[in-house]
Amino acid sequence: MNAPRSFESGVLTEERPGAVMPPQDRWREHKGGLVIVECPQRIPCNPCNTSCPTGAIMPFADINDVPQIDYAKCTGCALCVAKCPGLACFVADLTFGDGLALMKLPYEMLPSPAKGDRVECLGRAGENVCLGRVENVTEPLRDRTRVVHVSVPADKVNDVRAIRVV
Amino acid sequence: MEEIRTDVLVVGGGPAGLSAAAEAASAGADVLIAEGDLHLGGQLVKQSHKFFGSKDEFAGTRGFEIARLLRDEIAQCGDHVKIMLNTTVSGYYPDEKLVTAMVGEEEYVHISPKKIVLASGAQERLIPFPNNDLPGVYGAGAVQTLMNVYGVTPGKRVLMIGAGNIGLIVSYQLLQAGVEVAAILEAMPRIGGYWVHAAKVRRLGVPILLRHSISRAIGGDVVTGAMVCELDEKFAPVGEPQKVDCDTICLAVGLTPSNELLWQAGCKMKYVPFLCGHVPFRDKNMRTSNSDIWMAGDVCGIEEASAAMIEGRIAGMSAAASLGFKVSSENFEGCHARLHNLRAGEVGEKIRIGVSGVTVDGWEANV
Repeated sequence: MNAPRSFESGVLTEERPGAVMPPQDRWREHKGGLVIVECPQRIPCNPCNTSCPTGAIMPFADINDVPQIDYAKCTGCALCVAKCPGLACFVADLTFGDGLALMKLPYEMLPSPAKGDRVECLGRAGENVCLGRVENVTEPLRDRTRVVHVSVPADKVNDVRAIRVV
Repeated sequence: MEEIRTDVLVVGGGPAGLSAAAEAASAGADVLIAEGDLHLGGQLVKQSHKFFGSKDEFAGTRGFEIARLLRDEIAQCGDHVKIMLNTTVSGYYPDEKLVTAMVGEEEYVHISPKKIVLASGAQERLIPFPNNDLPGVYGAGAVQTLMNVYGVTPGKRVLMIGAGNIGLIVSYQLLQAGVEVAAILEAMPRIGGYWVHAAKVRRLGVPILLRHSISRAIGGDVVTGAMVCELDEKFAPVGEPQKVDCDTICLAVGLTPSNELLWQAGCKMKYVPFLCGHVPFRDKNMRTSNSDIWMAGDVCGIEEASAAMIEGRIAGMSAAASLGFKVSSENFEGCHARLHNLRAGEVGEKIRIGVSGVTVDGWEANV
């Protein structure tokens, strides 16, 4: 059954406040990567800000504000990836090399992938975008939300938002 | 018959009731919690997702862990809180200020509280369609109970009806349990729940069909599928219905307040569509028109658990204050500010409008 790729059904179709891609020049060179936040709806929620150790996710004047990011401060640590209740934070490191980028994606499914596994990389509507290689699996907050580090072709960072263990 | 006496009776041991009990007890009141289930925590115990909100509402913490934190808080209150589980409050007699309850299936008791906080929650709505009595048609609450309380999956392939937060979250939990979700149907032109909850299930390949609904369940002895139709602007079916194979149909089409005791108590009520049913008028401290009764959580309008916990704290403090126990005005102000913040966004707009239509000034001054 084909569902529309529409914003109203939960698929980001273009940049908008709360879902803005990092600035290209810094992103290309920053080791560790930069955060991509896709949280375009005003909802009462702020753990991305309170979990950010560097203040890169800026303080909220109103808890309903969409996140705003000071990319000069983002280290790509991925604590927000692990903390965000909406699984709306992702990190992409464009310095991985060999035409690959390293993505740090939240993962709450079973089975947990292991380093070296090949996994299917999925887009915002669940479409199969490419294959990726699992480079590391962490559980930063020890709360069963894993952060899976997966290398993907660098030109796919705007599309890959989830993995499926096959 | 012996009457159980208490300062404050809290009806319902979910997020609102536990928060109310903790506040009333820490102010010094003796509190009795009557809970119909076999454990405290209400719907929180089934919530495996992390909560939204701020640190004060345990944002980023999974629902069942919030239940544990609230139970710990109740345990800290020591003898001030007594708990009756498996106890269903069945009636309230305003003239005698008497509460009747069933403990288990045999024992009938009278409770004589000085004040009552009603936190009886909500019940699920269902929608009519042919064959909706077939085994395999569930409410979302039952699916969550099966999976997250008893560890049983309801089926292998589920059709979810409703893309509010419950439909979206239960779909995600089904995927986590290894159950396929064929699709989520939503009659409205946009999802009703948080956008990020929808994005989570979309990227795992679950279609969300807007302006679609179920026209009938298919099956002889059990559900084997469903007919799905598209809806026009007036919610009338258009085009040919499509068949979807599934062994489970899960209804997540909304909740309505479990307000029977409020009616019995003669509380002044109003039908408020944005709060999903008949709800009582209240002052800002959650007191009803019956000066012995406060309420908190879904019973006074369907909202998130984070708001229910704050309402519970306000109601618990206010009930204790009415009995002469000391509660600082800063505590009230802090809770009111947090509640205001939670409701300030676009998702809170309907709640704001709904609540403002049933909020009355001045009842709190009658303390």
